[in-house]
Amino acid sequence: MSITASIPARGAAQALAKARTGILGLDEVTFGGLPAGRPTLICGGPGCGKTLLATTFLVNGAVMFNEPGVFVSFEETSDDLIENVGSLGYDLGALIAQKKIAIDFVRVERSEIEETGEYDLEGLFVRLDYAIKSVGAKRVVLDTLEMLFAGLGDTQILRAEIRRLFAWLKQRGVTAIITAEQGDGTMTRYGIEEYVSDCVLLLDNRVSDQITTRRLRVVKYRGSAHGTNEYPFLIDAQGVSVLPVTSAGLAHAASDEVISTGIPGLNQMLGAGGFYIGTSILVSGTAGTGKTSLAAHFIEAVCARGQRCLYFAFEESPAQIIRNMRSIGLDLQPRVDAGLLRFEAARPSLFGLEMHLARMYREIEEFEPAAVVLDPISALRGETGDVHSMLLRVIDLLKSRGITAFLTNLLSVEGMDKADAGMSSLMDTWLSLVQLESNGERNRGIYVLKSRGMNHSNQIREYQLTSHGVKLVDAYLGSGGILTGSARIAQEMVDAASAVRRAQDLERKQRDVQRRRAALERKISELRAELESEEEEARKTLQHDEELEKRLQAERHAMAIQRGGTAS
Amino acid sequence: MNQVMSKAMQESPNADGHYNLRLYVAGQTPKSITALANLKRICEEHLVGRYHIEVIDLLEHPQLAAGDQILAVPTLVRRLPEPLKRIIGNLSNMERVLVGLDLRPVTAP
Repeated sequence: MSITASIPARGAAQALAKARTGILGLDEVTFGGLPAGRPTLICGGPGCGKTLLATTFLVNGAVMFNEPGVFVSFEETSDDLIENVGSLGYDLGALIAQKKIAIDFVRVERSEIEETGEYDLEGLFVRLDYAIKSVGAKRVVLDTLEMLFAGLGDTQILRAEIRRLFAWLKQRGVTAIITAEQGDGTMTRYGIEEYVSDCVLLLDNRVSDQITTRRLRVVKYRGSAHGTNEYPFLIDAQGVSVLPVTSAGLAHAASDEVISTGIPGLNQMLGAGGFYIGTSILVSGTAGTGKTSLAAHFIEAVCARGQRCLYFAFEESPAQIIRNMRSIGLDLQPRVDAGLLRFEAARPSLFGLEMHLARMYREIEEFEPAAVVLDPISALRGETGDVHSMLLRVIDLLKSRGITAFLTNLLSVEGMDKADAGMSSLMDTWLSLVQLESNGERNRGIYVLKSRGMNHSNQIREYQLTSHGVKLVDAYLGSGGILTGSARIAQEMVDAASAVRRAQDLERKQRDVQRRRAALERKISELRAELESEEEEARKTLQHDEELEKRLQAERHAMAIQRGGTAS
Repeated sequence: MNQVMSKAMQESPNADGHYNLRLYVAGQTPKSITALANLKRICEEHLVGRYHIEVIDLLEHPQLAAGDQILAVPTLVRRLPEPLKRIIGNLSNMERVLVGLDLRPVTAP
């Protein structure tokens, strides 16, 4: 068949050709799509999304893969169908006008039909053939073929004809989806899974704790590997998306690059100067410890790098978060306006865990953020094990994409929750916010409980929520541990007073020295003056002696002349 | 409709009891040949002079199948008198055909 030949085989030489569904996640679960040129059975209970899934397959084929399609509807008229899928944003009317999709409504009404002997379903074949030719269809949906059993009585003929129909579809080389209602204890009410042996998808819509979760499972897929788990899937205004559960491997790359926490003091506490990119960070603390404020700082730091950030808020509305963060001097609104920050707010009780997961997956795929904030994970309801496995999947999803995860967790009581302890192994960095109670007041303290791959501080540091953001305060260690709040302030005052005292002492000592120097210098000059006067006297005496000597000489000369001698 | 091997029988001036029948087949299969033979026999027995049979071969006119909601072949459609009735099969079960054409009450007295 031509479809088969056009898709290059990967790996094994005879790899099965696949028709991509274009449905987020489903192509991953089926490793490439539905078997091309073969029929696939989608079964499930009422209202589990069979028709929408099939329609999406058809529309995506026409829009994304240039494969026109035929929709044979046994339940809904063309108009109803166009209207119903319009809610998913599909414009079937336009696609029909462009001859990319043909809809044929086959009405089977038992009361209008009288059976009078042998017959076959050649009429259906003729219609299908005509419709396929009219748009050059590569894809066909039969929704719901089993309606035939309700309309026609001769099941023997029907079974033979359905078998013939599947063979015919295969021979035509169209990729077909046949939907069927789930029966009591069987996959389909009339057992047509016996005839479709290539690929069977089972849809399920389960309610637990009054919350519905849609799930999809690939029951079988002949000739291909496939994910074997139940995968949650989502139908909403943006269409159908399936959540492929975990790359079970631990093969994510580890980045050496660091992203700022947005708080200088906190950067210092973490040895590397911030969080490693692509790691998971948990901030836990009791009510009012400022978890969201810390998250806001981180967001601001991410956005300041020009990177996108996705914020899943489970307890507050975006407007409320933005308003509250303004009170600590952080305005996130410009970041939202610039398209760097997106809020996704939903009450945890709105969907089940799986649906939250599926929604997150879709948002992350679409927005491609550098960082994701979940605030708070404690709001997610469910059994501890379920929450844990969901978070594991979120973390895996984010890590495999190198997205930094920032999770907050509200602790119900002081100390560590059991769930919290279970979370620990998933987290690379765990910041704990504590209320330090002493001297009749509560103060906020932060410490790094763990941070993989960096030499982090072991101190509990006090921090304050100021109008200019979160500020870490220098730690004061007193005899009874760290000092916070007014005790710290008192200690600071004591310190300040002693500093003043020390300064005064120093000054006085300096003055003393100066005084003594002055006194000594005075003494020195006195002595010098004394010395000078003594020297003067000595000089005068010397002069007097010389004059006396001269006079004596002169007298001696005069006496000699008088005696008549000559002078010698 | 302008098509097909249409077999006009005697037209009755009285539209009231007139039967306008259309037989859909897909090629000259044994089933369709049987069906047409059966139909003619029944009409001759019960509707002499007030019926009109049109045979449509879907292999030649596939676009007509959707209009009359044809699924099974052969299908006999009673277009007149109203309401529209569909009778499928080779018409070998005479009783059921007569019921389908409203020529006999559904429950025997």
